[in-house]
Amino acid sequence: MNIDLSRRGFLKLAGAGVVATSLGSMGFGEAEAQELAQIRPYKLATLNETRNTCPYCSVACGIIMYTKGDVHQGQADLIHVEGDVDHPTNRGTLCPKGSALKDFVTSDTRLTEPKIRRPGSDSFEPISWEDALDRIARAIKDDRDENMVQFNEAGVPVNRWTTAGFLAASATTNETAWATFKVVKGMGIAGFDNQARV
Amino acid sequence: MTNSWTDIKNTDLVIVMGGNAAEAHPCGFKWVTEAKAHRGAKLIVVDPRYTRTAAVSDYYAPIRPGTDIAWLMGMIRWMIENDKVHWEYVRNFTNAAFIVQDGFGWSDGLFSGYDPEKRDYDRSTWDYVIGEDGFAEVDMTLEHPRCVWQLLKRHVDVYTPEFVENICGTPVENYLHIAEMIGETSAPDKTMTSMYALGWTQHSKGSQNIRGMAMLQLILGNIGMAGGGMNALRGHSNIQGLTDMGLMSNLLTGYLSMPTEREVDYPTYMSTRNFKPLRPGQTSYWQNYSKFMVSFMKAMYGDAAQAENDWGYHWLPKLDVPNYDILRMFELMNDGHVNLYFCQGFNPLLAFPNRGKLTSALSKLKLLVTIDPLETETSRFWENHGEFNDVDTASIQTEVIQLPSTCFAEDDGSLTNSGRWLQWHWKAATPPGQAKLDTWIMSQIFVRVRELYRKEGGSVPDPILNLSWDYADEGDPTPEELAREVNGRALTAVYDSTDPTKVVVEAGKQVVNFSQLRDDGSTMCGCWIYSGCWNEDGNNMARRDNEDPSGMGVYPNWTWSWPLNRRTLYNRASADMEGRPWDPTRPIIEWNGERWVGSDVPDISPTARPQDVGPFIMNPEGTSRLFSRGMMRDGPFPTHMEPFESPMQNVFNAEMRGNPVARVFEADVADLGTSDEFPYVGTSYRLTEHFHYWTKHNRVNSVLQPEFFVELSVQLAEEKGIQNGGWVRVWNKRGSVKAKAVVTKRIKPLICDGKPVHVVGVPLHWGFTGNAKKGYGPNSLTVFIGDANIETPESKAFLVNIEPSEEPVA
Amino acid sequence: MSEHTAPPPTTAVSNPPVEALAPNLGDGDIVLASATPDLPPPTRQLDKLAKLIDISKCIGCKACQSACIEWNDTHPEIGVNFGSYENPHDLTSEMFTLMRFNEYEDPETGDLDWLIRKDGCMHCEDPGCLKACPSPGAIVKYSNGIVDFIHDKCIGCGYCISGCPFDIPRMSPTKHVVSKCTLCSDRVAVGQGPACAKACPTQAIVFGTKDDMIAHAEERIADLNTRGYDKASLYDPAGVGGTHVMYVLPIGDKPEEYSGLPADPKISNVVQGWKGPTKSVGMAAIGLAAVGAVLHSIFSKPNRVTEHDRVEAEEMVDDILGPEETAELATPNDEGKA
Repeated sequence: MNIDLSRRGFLKLAGAGVVATSLGSMGFGEAEAQELAQIRPYKLATLNETRNTCPYCSVACGIIMYTKGDVHQGQADLIHVEGDVDHPTNRGTLCPKGSALKDFVTSDTRLTEPKIRRPGSDSFEPISWEDALDRIARAIKDDRDENMVQFNEAGVPVNRWTTAGFLAASATTNETAWATFKVVKGMGIAGFDNQARV
Repeated sequence: MTNSWTDIKNTDLVIVMGGNAAEAHPCGFKWVTEAKAHRGAKLIVVDPRYTRTAAVSDYYAPIRPGTDIAWLMGMIRWMIENDKVHWEYVRNFTNAAFIVQDGFGWSDGLFSGYDPEKRDYDRSTWDYVIGEDGFAEVDMTLEHPRCVWQLLKRHVDVYTPEFVENICGTPVENYLHIAEMIGETSAPDKTMTSMYALGWTQHSKGSQNIRGMAMLQLILGNIGMAGGGMNALRGHSNIQGLTDMGLMSNLLTGYLSMPTEREVDYPTYMSTRNFKPLRPGQTSYWQNYSKFMVSFMKAMYGDAAQAENDWGYHWLPKLDVPNYDILRMFELMNDGHVNLYFCQGFNPLLAFPNRGKLTSALSKLKLLVTIDPLETETSRFWENHGEFNDVDTASIQTEVIQLPSTCFAEDDGSLTNSGRWLQWHWKAATPPGQAKLDTWIMSQIFVRVRELYRKEGGSVPDPILNLSWDYADEGDPTPEELAREVNGRALTAVYDSTDPTKVVVEAGKQVVNFSQLRDDGSTMCGCWIYSGCWNEDGNNMARRDNEDPSGMGVYPNWTWSWPLNRRTLYNRASADMEGRPWDPTRPIIEWNGERWVGSDVPDISPTARPQDVGPFIMNPEGTSRLFSRGMMRDGPFPTHMEPFESPMQNVFNAEMRGNPVARVFEADVADLGTSDEFPYVGTSYRLTEHFHYWTKHNRVNSVLQPEFFVELSVQLAEEKGIQNGGWVRVWNKRGSVKAKAVVTKRIKPLICDGKPVHVVGVPLHWGFTGNAKKGYGPNSLTVFIGDANIETPESKAFLVNIEPSEEPVA
Repeated sequence: MSEHTAPPPTTAVSNPPVEALAPNLGDGDIVLASATPDLPPPTRQLDKLAKLIDISKCIGCKACQSACIEWNDTHPEIGVNFGSYENPHDLTSEMFTLMRFNEYEDPETGDLDWLIRKDGCMHCEDPGCLKACPSPGAIVKYSNGIVDFIHDKCIGCGYCISGCPFDIPRMSPTKHVVSKCTLCSDRVAVGQGPACAKACPTQAIVFGTKDDMIAHAEERIADLNTRGYDKASLYDPAGVGGTHVMYVLPIGDKPEEYSGLPADPKISNVVQGWKGPTKSVGMAAIGLAAVGAVLHSIFSKPNRVTEHDRVEAEEMVDDILGPEETAELATPNDEGKA
């Protein structure tokens, strides 16, 4: 029988105040003292650190992401996120959202594959990236060709496409924003907006 | 933000009104607690609810949602009446002395020139008298009856504390106490900072709320000062950046504007953009517009953009309406005029008003493409979730393609915070499954579309075929490549503007900043205000030197801020007419007899003499504006307007509903309710435990705030028989939600127009996807009307009714 | 494992290292261990540490709860709203700290104060939990003041719950062991402060040596005195020998208004009585209990103690000693003699 288990079971009914006495008299005292300090193993040892900023509000707190593995050399899994004390604004602090950033990154509702919902269907089905992108490009081309307003009534070239719209993100990088801007304005989409208002 | 988060530690007084900084921006709010602890600063909170910001305030006062203008105009009145005015600042740094045309006036709640048919003003008289010398006329004594100062005095005269109390519900005693506190900061060496967010913007007159406080801050001399300013807290990590980058229907990058149909060619477009100074010797920096515009066009279209074809001007779409904003697009969609819609990291089904209408509109699309790291309600708008999303799935013919994107942890790049700092970040983790970078997704779509146009031809192929796409891998541009494009570079040698023999930038080199941009086609630059972010010194956004030599929270070598790494906008206004800091203990810059020196990059030409050049260099006046001329659709001064749904009539004009020039689509008029049927004021907001609609996907945040609720006063709960923790139904003509009731002493009935007004608080974090309990958002209830200037929906003030209820059926 | 030993922490404002460090806390730092009368004396005296919670700076954001869950990898349930901002509804074995909210109206002025207090283990200098614990070494106290539960040795009897004057420890319904805040002993051991103090956005939670924290509290109280809180005070209750988690209370004369913070917490006399001259009594109790042990506990749920068991055991001691005697045996300050 496992000694710990037996001892627990025994002690359970032994009653308050009696345990030290009993174990002491049974010779457990010294052994017990030798293994008293059982501090939880420190979970960040040997992990990789990467600096980033929080993607939520616009305070833009500095964070350190602790990963197992190096993203530049294969798989890297996020283990922990903590505020970066070197950052002038947040000085290492994080709010309840920032403190739980790991849960956002590893959320079980993260999307992992392209999907399509057919008209009238009650579910998504997987689609390959190639098929999804080709389908989107074709839809863009066809609708743009059909509905592009090339000139207004006065004959002024206006190159305005209003039957398509694009809502841009609120947390993508400026570099993504620039690429998105070029593509969307370049195609002539007038209904272009972002989340500044909400 | 005119200032930065870290600058808030320099303040003497913080007013949080139109926001809830402690809850929505906790780590930025730290600098308020620092100012309190180390400068003895005080914190005032004005809010319909006693929030968690109020919990650590020195003084709290309630206000009825949607009445901020009356409150602020009353403050301005009190400052003038009690001589709490920073006179030298007002005289020299604002347009107080400018003479206004005779035609301008105000009566019955309306400014001159109102046309009720068009729901618009003729703004032609809302401007200065221009003298024979071509400059605006001024009276530096501020005595001229038509000067801005005298007009302002008359404009605010009606807003007595009692008048304010009647409209806002803020008791006179509280109001006067706050006035005394604010008035102290009119001293040249005292500052107040204003921290606000969507509590001010989400009104049909949101822009005027903000102007109201900006005017008060100017009268107190608090703009440009350390610890002062107008600080928009901004709700998303890069919404500052996406706006700076012009991802809006009416903007190009760096606040250049989209052409309209009236601007039939490039010379016409530029003819209204010469920005000639309105006073002698003023900078009027927008005079450089064409350099930024041409460099932008070169970034867009490369070699195809030439002087001969007006730099490709006609390839840009031209607008026939002021905005194709989201509200307009959903209106068009609901009318069957939109076929294809993309949502990149955006969940409009919960974020935009009148969810019923949004669902109906999305159901009329041919194709909806969502690009997001997470499930969103928008991408599953067709899925039935019982009462939480009661749709007829089979009847919805919209095809939906849901594309998985990476998140911040998996990409490199920069985000711009509310203090305008562009901070580079580095990827740490491997994307899950097949999730892809947004840059890859956009590029893949683009190269496919371009290929189709190459093969098949089609309608207006030129802007697509000519779009500059000069990346090592066309299907996968790197953040480095894109950032360098945003900064801009010399395409051919760039010569000194005063010495044409001297090359300042060699061909192919990055420009140092926007001062090297040209309008002759020799430079390209994606976004002029960001120029300097990645020059030949390298990626300045990745700098990590956190030294603060002045001790004032400037951090000049920490990442990079626009413009020109300047940390406090209008910082020239921190010094007097001789260039001496108003507060010698908190100097930002000062004039040393030859040039401006100090801890920050001067917001003025370094050698511009303080007596000659005004501090507001972007304005042709050289001053700030207490009177905004014709630049805002709803008036050059803010005037009290009720929300579109309000428990009381406009006291100035009983006929006037909401903002008289706000755009209202005909279809939405029938959905507006009145207080007879819907007697309670609803208001929406965030809670500190959640971020928008994202963190309901997180286990931890779902633990901390698991379930949708509404907040109401003890008095209203008693009146309606509502139990704390019980279920209630809240509804109006647009929709109905069921929620848990949080009955609280932190919301109290306000007395407005002699009657009690009850506020029902509706937080916004729940939906039908994620880890938290299924719930609703306030957008089932909110009004489909936006601000008259920028179309931000009026989500902070609407009418509802409430009753005890049963649990909803999922 | 590196030979380098982590230094003791002086602040929570620090980025945790990724190098493997030898922990700075060990057996030689233990000054008290439950039910261990012959504990060897500590080999050194560490600086006493403390967490200070300044309620006047607390915005009730729950970053402390969030950071606590993430650092300790706990799994609190996603509950429901029950008419309050408090979630979860109470401390649990998976939620070591909890923001408690009280809407307090000043009886004289009618002014509202939203009193928000971070509840959790106070790390008492004289820990009632440790004194109550019958399992040798299941609760230890280090010379820096941290009181830590050693789960491997926890027998799930729940006596620590009764022994705690602040009602902090919570029994896991599935693991049958009791949990509470460790003051992030694993972080302290590598020279870091607790995760909650690191995260706290307004630095309402600060961490360092107890002396530094008291000095900091005095500055904060002086500031509060200028803001109309003339009764502001430091909460470091003498009844438990002082605590290693302290509060700055703006309304310092009414700690109970902060969601029932006890004005004068003391270890119950019954628990005090369990210490000291119980040897012979204890042996007798074991004799009485042995039969029951064989009958129904060893192979069932070894860690589980029902309320019935607990009451029975207490009664057993009372029966042997008599309640009056139990009370007399209370030893208010027996640190290091256990």
